[in-house]
Amino acid sequence: MRLLTHNMLASNIKGVANGFPLKIEVGQVVEKHVDLNPEFLKNMFAKLDYKVLVEASKTMGYADLPEQAEPSMLESEDFLRKLNHALLELHLEEGALVCPETGRKFPVNKGIPNMLLHEDEV
Amino acid sequence: MASRPELQAPPEVFYNDDEARKYTSSSRIIEIQAQLSERALELLALPNDGVPKLLLDIGCGSGLSGETLTENGHQWIGLDISPSMLDVALERDSEGDLILGDMGQGLGIRPGVIDGAISISAVQWLCNADKSCHEPRKRLKAFFDSLYRSLARGARAVFQVYPENLAQRELILGYAMRAGFAGGVVVDFPHSTKRRKEYLVLTCGPPSLSSATPKAKGEDEESCSDDESSDDEGNQTVSISDRHRPRKKQKLNKKVKGREWVLKKKEQMRRKGNVVPQDTKYTARKRKARF
Ligand SMILES: C[S@@+](CC[C@H](N)C(=O)[O-])C[C@H]1O[C@@H](n2cnc3c(N)ncnc32)[C@H](O)[C@@H]1O
Repeated sequence: MRLLTHNMLASNIKGVANGFPLKIEVGQVVEKHVDLNPEFLKNMFAKLDYKVLVEASKTMGYADLPEQAEPSMLESEDFLRKLNHALLELHLEEGALVCPETGRKFPVNKGIPNMLLHEDEV
Repeated sequence: MASRPELQAPPEVFYNDDEARKYTSSSRIIEIQAQLSERALELLALPNDGVPKLLLDIGCGSGLSGETLTENGHQWIGLDISPSMLDVALERDSEGDLILGDMGQGLGIRPGVIDGAISISAVQWLCNADKSCHEPRKRLKAFFDSLYRSLARGARAVFQVYPENLAQRELILGYAMRAGFAGGVVVDFPHSTKRRKEYLVLTCGPPSLSSATPKAKGEDEESCSDDESSDDEGNQTVSISDRHRPRKKQKLNKKVKGREWVLKKKEQMRRKGNVVPQDTKYTARKRKARF
């Protein structure tokens, strides 16, 4: 699972008012190269919760993203590369996502988060 | 071939390792999935601006449909309930992110972030109650409401579906509309039993020019000879036999229920959130004998 997906996912448990962002527990992180695509990053930037991305990438061991960002920075290739790396190249391979409200853990195995809810959580 | 897969077992059981294996070994399945996905993507009618989009693939399974999205340059997130199918997706080095999840529990996705969604031969699964706690209506509602929220305004969702019958199609469509979607059904090759394919084309937001239902393929063809052997797998069989849950026997009530009873029932259904026709002077009126 990439941080792009983490930035979109929320805990869906019944009664949870704000299930975003899910806390990341790292077991193993892998990196896979992704060609830089400025158009995609520009499209996504408006929808990203950038702060959450910065925190998540730190948890994953990458601390090079600037703390603050604004659209004008999308003209800088240096920034785009960092954004590309954080958003698309870092994968949470093993670990867990934790619901911020309930502490319920969603395990991540082989890169796939298990978001299935138990009967009483629906 | 067996009856409709939805009637045989729950999806996470039906799509076991053996069934999932077919999605890498059967060139026919691979080709069909690719064709259906191409068409779904076409019906999504994404702006032709060369900007890669973030898409959802609901019931992404082995990632065959996702490959079509990747080939067209998009990023995608896939959701599926079957671990065996997702394992195949991993083997195929699927480019999208995979999530093990049940669409009937609703999608846990932030509002307004998704540029479009496709789903290939999956949504009809929601119409079954596979567990005692399953209520198809609740699951359909949870799914469509959450999907609607996750999509950006004006974004589309296109589902290729194999509804069991007209009522099932109406049921699915009804929940989509209630969630706020506009749109309708596109039936490609409606005159051919084999090539016939149904797509629900839904637009997020109020009806507009862009939400007008696109034109179907092969609509004007005469009933064709169906000699195309390349089509379908498993799903298309028309024979319907229920999995150990026989249809409720139709009760032949001798006693005719009166207007009051009908009005009460309608009120009950309204409270459940169902769409019920208005009460008028015609409600529960006796039909003329010649009917
Ligand atoms: C005909 S297969 C589609 C396969 C997929 N398009 C592919 O390329 O491999 C239907 C898929 O829907 C999934 N499915 C059925 N019910 C589901 C549910 N409630 N939630 C998520 N996925 C579901 C099944 O597990 C199966 O993988």
